Amino acid sequence: MTEHDSPTTIELLTFQLAGQEYSLDIMSVREIRSWTRATPLPHAPACMRGVINLRGTVLPVMDLGERLGLPPREQSDRAVIIVVTHGDSMTGLLVDAVSDIIALTRDDLQPPPDMANGAATGMVSALTLIDERMVRVLDLAATVSLQEGLAA
Amino acid sequence: MSLNILAVDDSRTMRDMIRLALQPAGFNVHTADDGLHGIDVLDVIEPDAIITDINMPRMDGFGFIDAVRGQEKHRATPILVLTTEAAPELKARAREAGATGWIVKPFDPAKLVKALQMVAG
Amino acid sequence: MSTENDPMAEIRASFFVECEELLEALQDSLQIMDDGAEDSETINVVFRAVHSIKGGAGAFGLDALVRFAHRYETVMDEVRTGRMEADADALKVFFQCADHLSDLVRHSRDGGADPAEQSNTLLTRLNALMGEEGGPTESEPEPEIEFQPMGLALDLAPLNDGSLDDLLDLDALPPLGDLPDLPPLALNAPKTYTLHFAPEQELFETGNEPYLLLRALHELGTAQVTCDTSRLPPQQSLTPEQPYLSWTIELETEAEEAEILSVFEFVDGLCTLKLTSGDSDDMPSDLPQMLPADQTTPTSTPEPPTAIEPAPSPAPQPAAPAAPPKTQPPSAAAAVKSVVRVDLDRIERLVNLVGELVINQAMLSQSLEDANLPPHGDAISGLEEFQRLTRDIQDSVMMIRAQPVKSLFQRMSRIIREASAAVDKDVRLHTEGEATEVDKTVIERLADPLTHMIRNAVDHGLEKPADRIAAGKPPEGQVKLTAAHRSGRVIIEVSDDGAGINRPRVLQIAIDKGLIPADSQLSDSEIDNLLFLPGFSTASTVSDLSGRGVGMDVVRTAIQALGGRIAITSIPGEGTSFSISLPLTLAVLDGMVIDTAGETLVVPLNLVVETLTFAASEVSMIRPGQHVVRVRGAFVPVVDLGAELGYRAPLTDFEGAVALLIVHENGSRAALMIDNILDQRQVVIKGLDDGFFRAAGIAAATILGDGQIALILDPSDIITNAAQHPQEPLQAGVSA
Repeated sequence: MTEHDSPTTIELLTFQLAGQEYSLDIMSVREIRSWTRATPLPHAPACMRGVINLRGTVLPVMDLGERLGLPPREQSDRAVIIVVTHGDSMTGLLVDAVSDIIALTRDDLQPPPDMANGAATGMVSALTLIDERMVRVLDLAATVSLQEGLAA
Repeated sequence: MSLNILAVDDSRTMRDMIRLALQPAGFNVHTADDGLHGIDVLDVIEPDAIITDINMPRMDGFGFIDAVRGQEKHRATPILVLTTEAAPELKARAREAGATGWIVKPFDPAKLVKALQMVAG
Repeated sequence: MSTENDPMAEIRASFFVECEELLEALQDSLQIMDDGAEDSETINVVFRAVHSIKGGAGAFGLDALVRFAHRYETVMDEVRTGRMEADADALKVFFQCADHLSDLVRHSRDGGADPAEQSNTLLTRLNALMGEEGGPTESEPEPEIEFQPMGLALDLAPLNDGSLDDLLDLDALPPLGDLPDLPPLALNAPKTYTLHFAPEQELFETGNEPYLLLRALHELGTAQVTCDTSRLPPQQSLTPEQPYLSWTIELETEAEEAEILSVFEFVDGLCTLKLTSGDSDDMPSDLPQMLPADQTTPTSTPEPPTAIEPAPSPAPQPAAPAAPPKTQPPSAAAAVKSVVRVDLDRIERLVNLVGELVINQAMLSQSLEDANLPPHGDAISGLEEFQRLTRDIQDSVMMIRAQPVKSLFQRMSRIIREASAAVDKDVRLHTEGEATEVDKTVIERLADPLTHMIRNAVDHGLEKPADRIAAGKPPEGQVKLTAAHRSGRVIIEVSDDGAGINRPRVLQIAIDKGLIPADSQLSDSEIDNLLFLPGFSTASTVSDLSGRGVGMDVVRTAIQALGGRIAITSIPGEGTSFSISLPLTLAVLDGMVIDTAGETLVVPLNLVVETLTFAASEVSMIRPGQHVVRVRGAFVPVVDLGAELGYRAPLTDFEGAVALLIVHENGSRAALMIDNILDQRQVVIKGLDDGFFRAAGIAAATILGDGQIALILDPSDIITNAAQHPQEPLQAGVSA
């Protein structure tokens, strides 16, 4: 975690995956789209759902649950695609449902423990408590880069 | 009271540089890219002074000065000639054609301004 | 590009753009002279091009460029005034100088390898043409960067309103060359001078104004001006054009004499001017004019005007340039078009937006059709109009970036010069269709492939002069480069009149390199296409140009990457010809829309030879997972697209299967088995962000009318993969 002289506020978008709660820095979120069928890419890794048409742009969509190594489940009818930007690129992240936007300070973040869930290690950058619930904060860069802990 | 200047040069770079030199000094700069074009623009803007290059397509500087001086109202309009050399023959020829003065390229913007003020007020 | 840049930087950038145009005009005109088709204006174009480049370069302090351009210009001046003849040898040197000038410009703009060493060689050659021995010498007059001292007054009383403040901002000044010494600013005690000034008629005729001269004197110090009106005639006989007035000025100033006299620089010789130090009492009555030696004087001496009419016409001048405009030869600047320079970024954006507009319009059309509206109602006719307008906008925008291929052809002509010199062959380049317009990006990406083909033609295609003569051909080899629009595409041809492809040798080399089996029976055209195989190069010795390991396969890949095709034809003894067919723009693709395994895909039309429908009897199995099909007597490998893309298990029933006969990279063919052909249309290409994952076999994507994304296939990729990994049922890792 970065050091700051004074606590700065960050805003997190929280969402659900396989019953667990995750979040992303709102600054990287462009928009939220309802689920549409993605055109599959041949021979893509399991976490790549394919591409969708985002107002004339071809947007790759990642199945975030698959990426984090979470158990497969029925597609939720509240499933949405969170469109995020990282560097010059945009990616869509398929999640079960979006919850809320929470404002925190950096002091509210705790480092992640070494989790037994090996695949997710490295993609969770911090933990926080919201209303007694544990919410994992994702490291976007590590998540969308397919080098990290790719689930074959 | 800004003076209207007509700058005639087939090089866009030169036209840009003249404009860059003269506009901050308060001159209104109009341009043309050769002698023939210059004649057209002349009719429209009635410049207080003219700057012209010599080597241009279609109608060169001398032909242009000739044509300008041939117009009654422009018989005494100050004309500065842009030359790349200070050779006496060129200056003599410029003068014979009716040019008021000359400026050597590459020109120092301050000197261009001074030269204009010298001949045009 | 931000517009809040330093304006000098913008002008500098624009200068380099201008240089490109001038260099192009220079090339053109030299070529016209070489062809013997010049007229009196041609050499002027050459001269002005070099002259203008020199002028601009001086403003930016590009000394090496100025130096070379100056000498080149001097020689071109000799030619244009008729003092030197531009014969074949001279033209050779002029071409080389033009190429070198281009290198110097590029170096000034981009940096990189310094071409300055070449300068000395070429300067020596230029000197030789001028009848001078040796290379650039110290005595060679450097282009003077002279600044006329213009009465540098320290006291700028009327101009103290701050309007000059910007000018004195040193950062805004262009880099100056060697600053000559300005006359020393007088920091002395003020001295008194007396000036006697009597303008002559010519002074007025050149537009000079005594009032302004006197005012300038006032700015130098304190002046007392007396006007002598004694020569004024009575008003009735007053002729306005005749000067009658003269002035005596007593000037107290710190300025030096040189500075005072510099006020009169322009009118030197157009007036009587006497300057003495001391006040008027000391002034002798008829001192000769005292001008310091370093003031340049015009050749005309200060005499009373003789026979000058009020409307001045210039005295007879030496070699007066033609003032009345003549009808221009078509080669010189065509009717001056109005042009606007636009940032490429803006064009990119516009092209993208139009692409999205097209997609959007297609989706709207689809929705409206699905809505079952009355076919002749307003909505549908409005939609048709909308479609028409969108197509028009698309056509116009797609061609915005189109440029004539001329600049590319000119580069090739330089390549030919260098190539033929390197292998000691005489080669002439003919071009046709230089005005054919092609997307700028396509032009840029064609440069390398074309360069390679031209070098090949010179190096391998054309025979040595002796061999050509023996074969009854003229010793000078001919290379022809043409461009034309044909049925919505651009066709570029490179041909030579050389020996043609040596088929037995090519066949043997391919066998020796293990590229084909030893007992292959190939048709002539198939042998020709062996040249496109990777790893093929017929150079047994690496010559200066070709045989560097860059084969025609790289050329073909480059052409195909542009959505184009390349074909080769050759007649032994007569020559070889390459024909390149390209789309007009890279943003759209002519595609065949198909479906396979429930997915809609697009196959680039330029790679589809024909469509096939199988009869089971025509398909044979080589081994499990590999099949071939008989197409007019030849066996062509079958590629099951659905299985290759991992969408489903390989098909086993081939009866009635639909396939596309695809031309593969290496010229061979394959039958790509699909489910259905849906449509054939132009689609807007949307790139796939490579960042996360590169899909094999997929080139790009497009968005169809229904809003769905259809992947654009890279058939060669698919075919290559299929050959390397004979199909196994259902690959692991298929996405859910």
